[in-house]
Amino acid sequence: MKKNFEKIKIIEDFALNIRKNILEMALAAGASSSHFGGALSITEIISVLFADQMKIKKDNPKHESRDRFILSKGHACLAYYAALSEVGYISKEELKTFEKDDSNLLGHPVINRDIGIDFSNGSLGMGLALGIGVALALKKRKKDINVYVVLGDGECNEGSVWEAAMAAPNFKLNNLYAIIDKNNFQQTGSNKDIMDNPNLKEKWSSFGWNTKEVDGHNINELLSFFEEGRTIDKPKALIANTIKGKGFSFSENNNDWHHSVLTKSLYEKGLQELIK
Amino acid sequence: MDINTRNIKVWSTIGSRATLGIAAVELAKEIDELMVLTCDVSTSAGLDRFRKTYPEKYLDLGIAEQNMIGVAAGLASENFNVVTTTFAPFQTMRCCEQIKVNLGYMSQKVCMVGIASGLALGTLGYTHCCIEDIGVLRSIPGIVIISPADSLETIKALNSAVRSSKPTYIRLTGGSNNPIVYDKDYNFEIGKSITLKEGEDVTIFASGASVFQSLEAAKILEKENLSCSVINMHTIKPLDTDAIKKACKSKLIATVEEHNIIGGLGSAVSEYKSTLSSSPKQVFFGINDTYSKGGNYKFLLNKHGLTAEKIVNDILINLKN
Repeated sequence: MKKNFEKIKIIEDFALNIRKNILEMALAAGASSSHFGGALSITEIISVLFADQMKIKKDNPKHESRDRFILSKGHACLAYYAALSEVGYISKEELKTFEKDDSNLLGHPVINRDIGIDFSNGSLGMGLALGIGVALALKKRKKDINVYVVLGDGECNEGSVWEAAMAAPNFKLNNLYAIIDKNNFQQTGSNKDIMDNPNLKEKWSSFGWNTKEVDGHNINELLSFFEEGRTIDKPKALIANTIKGKGFSFSENNNDWHHSVLTKSLYEKGLQELIK
Repeated sequence: MDINTRNIKVWSTIGSRATLGIAAVELAKEIDELMVLTCDVSTSAGLDRFRKTYPEKYLDLGIAEQNMIGVAAGLASENFNVVTTTFAPFQTMRCCEQIKVNLGYMSQKVCMVGIASGLALGTLGYTHCCIEDIGVLRSIPGIVIISPADSLETIKALNSAVRSSKPTYIRLTGGSNNPIVYDKDYNFEIGKSITLKEGEDVTIFASGASVFQSLEAAKILEKENLSCSVINMHTIKPLDTDAIKKACKSKLIATVEEHNIIGGLGSAVSEYKSTLSSSPKQVFFGINDTYSKGGNYKFLLNKHGLTAEKIVNDILINLKN
């Protein structure tokens, strides 16, 4: 029990640091603005993965036994870069080059295995197919390595997501996890207003995935999904109910923060809210 | 593979698609982590024997080409040597952005084979004919494009592409009873064109099944006392620019392809030619930016001026004017 408490504390601290880093990068991006809301909604998901669930070697981002991570909703890369920094693959100084000329850290991830970015993403609907290929390769080599793909609920408008959703159970990929960040918004409005796509849990289940729905900011619930998943002989899908812009009063459930500029005063306000 | 007269005849009779399947079986013997992916077209792609012989190296993604390219890229990212294949329009345009991001932007090495490209499927209409694939893929940085002249060159192209480090598109044209251009073994190198016939007056650059028609055209032109070079430009990207530079000594350059005259071999040759201070006129043989009514292969070749006789006719007119 105590061990679990410590584990949760570590993940919470990791998530806190991610949010701090997101503030720093969003401020550094300045007028070029950043995808703020969708990064904050996946912060706990990313933290559970990078601080606890994923096998990674802190001294070698390319270690072949590492679990593989694919940010299919590539625009949420602020959280990804922040996590890679917490792990030690990206320096704090480099984080501040976010979206700057010639940076390694653009507004969507660009493959760069020296700093732990395994794939280029950003065009929605492509990550899960990649994940299937990777998971197949690892199974063919009989490696005990998992593949984690984070998708958006808006992204699930893309037909290619469902091509991949159909294929993974056919190939019995029990090493594949799809985490759907259900923050209920997409670029220009709510899912309901733009393209309502209800009953995601039933949809993924009916495609043959072992599916669970949890509070995507509840570390315990997230942990139990991944831990239970280890013994389930199917690909696993998680519908993670989240809040877009989670963590800051000005951005929570406010879709203006899908892609926006963080001013110095809001940065300071955000920092204060985190400390509290 | 055993390249002899008998086998060359067999491959020619069965056409490049069925030859592809034979080549894949042979490759699998040598390349341990080869994977062949397809989208419910195993029979059309000549893969039935491969599927039975190497079930562990074969993957059918169903009718879902976008997913096939993503899965192929995922396998490639773990260093599997992946070949994907389906009909050319679906192999290239249905999944074009997946090709751009995964194979172009991310440089994942996958070898794509577009079967029955060009006009071979004319009776099925232009959903299945493919006159746009080279143009579309040529605009994506980093992708090698090969259009083999006959069945033997299909084997050679596949072999070279699988062993290279670059993402590649192999465009198969022609039907069964694919005319033989190469009746014995020869040296094939990606990016290096092959001069099949030397001549001074006209240089014809051709790719795919149009190479044979161009050779026939050159024979007829010879009877008219015109000497013709015929160059098999099997690799359209990267382009063999030295061959084009050399061809500028001719009075006329012709490009022949079963592709839209916009975006294909003709465009590639003229793009380079326009950087030279002086170069001869170019005649573009291809589909003149239109979707015509369908019909059988020979009918369409004739309609679009891609038979030897039509090529001769147009070259003579252009030499006079």
